[in-house]
Amino acid sequence: MKLVVKGGRVIDPGTGVDGLMDLRIEDGTIVEVGENLKPDAAKVIDATGKVVIPGLIDVHTHLREPGYEWKETIATGTRAAAAGGFTAVCCMPNTNPVLDNPGQVTYVLEKARREGKVAVYPIGCITKGSRGEELTEIGYLREAGVVGLSDDGLPVENAEVMRCALEYARMFNLPVISHCEDRHLAGDGVMNWGPASTAAGLKGIPASAEEVMVARDLILAAATGGRLHLAHISTAGSVRLVREAKRRGVAVTCEVTPHHLTLTDRFIQESGYDTNTKVNPPLRTDADVAALREGLADGTIDIIATDHAPHHTDDKEVEYNYAAFGISGLDTALPLMVTELVGGGYLTLNQLVEKMCLNPARVFGLSRGRIETGGRADLTIIDPEERRTVDVSRFYSLGKNSPFLGRELTGWPVVTIAAGVVVHGEGK
Amino acid sequence: MRFNRKDILGIREMGSDEIELILDTARSLRDIITRTIKKVPTLRGRTVVTLFYEPSTRTRTSFELAAKYMSADTVNISTSTSSVRKGETLKDTARTLEAMGAEMVIIRHPVAGAPHFLARNLRASVVNAGDGMHEHPTQALLDLFTIREKKKRLKGLKIAIVGDILHSRVARSNIWGLRKMGAEVVVSGPSTLLPPESATLGVKATHRVEEALEGADVVMVLRLQLERQRKGLFPTVREYTRYWGINRERLRLARDDALLMHPGPFNRGVEVSSDLVDGNQSVINKQVTNGVAVRMALLFLLLGGKPDEISR
Repeated sequence: MKLVVKGGRVIDPGTGVDGLMDLRIEDGTIVEVGENLKPDAAKVIDATGKVVIPGLIDVHTHLREPGYEWKETIATGTRAAAAGGFTAVCCMPNTNPVLDNPGQVTYVLEKARREGKVAVYPIGCITKGSRGEELTEIGYLREAGVVGLSDDGLPVENAEVMRCALEYARMFNLPVISHCEDRHLAGDGVMNWGPASTAAGLKGIPASAEEVMVARDLILAAATGGRLHLAHISTAGSVRLVREAKRRGVAVTCEVTPHHLTLTDRFIQESGYDTNTKVNPPLRTDADVAALREGLADGTIDIIATDHAPHHTDDKEVEYNYAAFGISGLDTALPLMVTELVGGGYLTLNQLVEKMCLNPARVFGLSRGRIETGGRADLTIIDPEERRTVDVSRFYSLGKNSPFLGRELTGWPVVTIAAGVVVHGEGK
Repeated sequence: MRFNRKDILGIREMGSDEIELILDTARSLRDIITRTIKKVPTLRGRTVVTLFYEPSTRTRTSFELAAKYMSADTVNISTSTSSVRKGETLKDTARTLEAMGAEMVIIRHPVAGAPHFLARNLRASVVNAGDGMHEHPTQALLDLFTIREKKKRLKGLKIAIVGDILHSRVARSNIWGLRKMGAEVVVSGPSTLLPPESATLGVKATHRVEEALEGADVVMVLRLQLERQRKGLFPTVREYTRYWGINRERLRLARDDALLMHPGPFNRGVEVSSDLVDGNQSVINKQVTNGVAVRMALLFLLLGGKPDEISR
């Protein structure tokens, strides 16, 4: 397939490009970057007035397959990713069975090759069965294609196991992803602990439940020299701890979700206990949101990752305590961030691309996330003027569990090109 | 003032004028309870369902009698939490009840927000009879009624609430209600059972019970849930009673005419000494009677009765 993307503002912080430019794509590769490219026999995509960026990379996606296909599948999850402007996703291993052996990883990759719309990079378990006891065969997992390790959804409670994971994974240059949660402090909480939980009468999860584990893992990362990546940090205290550790040169990176950057715990009662607000870590306070935004801007937080956690309506249309944790995020992440962070003046568009393409590729060692001649043709075209109201019935994800229903957002992806193929927009 | 609500979900969202209206309506209706023939035809032919997902004696009986005294038809559904989790969802139960023609569902549920969920899914009126740690609005209304009747006012009174404030829906509803009516509220209990940042509730919090009791017009004692001890929130019941149990000596710190209240059921000798429960400052039985009156008022107002119809 031959394509020419014409007339768009190309932004690529990886190569330092920001200007009006055309791109020629052949056989999945960008073959020419320049001005006034002739279409020749190629299909022309008119990007006039639009912004062309490297395809987004989501480093924290739950595709739910195998085992929870009623919540999401590799086919539907990657379709939602394409619609959201993502050309690659890293899928979390807490499927059923979990991805703790090379066979499971191969299954996911094979399924993704046949049914996936965008690239899928599996994350493997840190411990067998994600039980937090014995390390998985990290070498074999690496050979099978994992790009990181995580027992996502579950913290590795035993500090010695975590120390060994950081030490051992270092040999294979894999980041160890920590889901920071002290389960005793979190207890059976369902929302952030504070005035909002007191008023709502729901059990709280204190900020300390996250922060004590952030602190522990930073200490272990410093002690081992292992590569630590903190998933979905959500509190001002976590930002402070990471900032301080980075200053000391600890090999730590971290991510934040769009929902933790835009919603607070007060919204839970305001929404009449809408279970789509139930997520782990929980939505925090205004002060936390401000600290997270600041952490993004000053480089403490490397990545914006969706933690796309699709659930079936039946898992959510129940009492708050019984509802599943998680927010479906792939369909809305980009317009939400363009509207709230870029529109709000917290990040430039260039910085946003860094947080959603360049840094994800760097941290997880993916050879993508740039627009350059000879590079992989993964592109997302954003219409900065497109204004639309979030409508879950239009989600490509099977998970309709979004607390952003009804929110008006500006700056939607209109065309997504993965490996030179249009996977969203242009009639797809 | 017109009463214009489909549901009663909490005190927090009520106005003081609404609260006054409910209390005044309850005052007019209470005499029915003391008659030999306790029956008025006001709600004849109306259907009220009580749906209790937690055990309860007084609240459910109180609602049921309130409905019966006003000639409404009542159906009681009790479900243990475990069978609910295995079986029918709340949403399906709600739809079933509606399909059978229920006009009002009175729900008690261990999860905060369950009445809101039900209210969203039903055309019928929903009354919150206690949801998790969130609210117990009818308990607060009956407490306000009792205090107002005894003290002739609510504004300016000092109310001490003692016990497990953190987990108490009774405390929350009373705090919202008392604050709206202009009373001053001080809460006391072990620091592990006080909510974080209590000031955001508009109350003063102290772990020193003597400070809370000093000069109080009303002492409201909460039931101590004994399972909290097993979770490590306080070391022993004995030590709880030592520091926060209300006994005659401690009650002397309050005003001489202070009322002693308890939402029941009580652990005699734990959070309150036995002699005080039966003593002359105790209005615990009055609370129970007034509870029926307040619930009659709510049924009446929610099912479309106009306040001026009562006197007829």
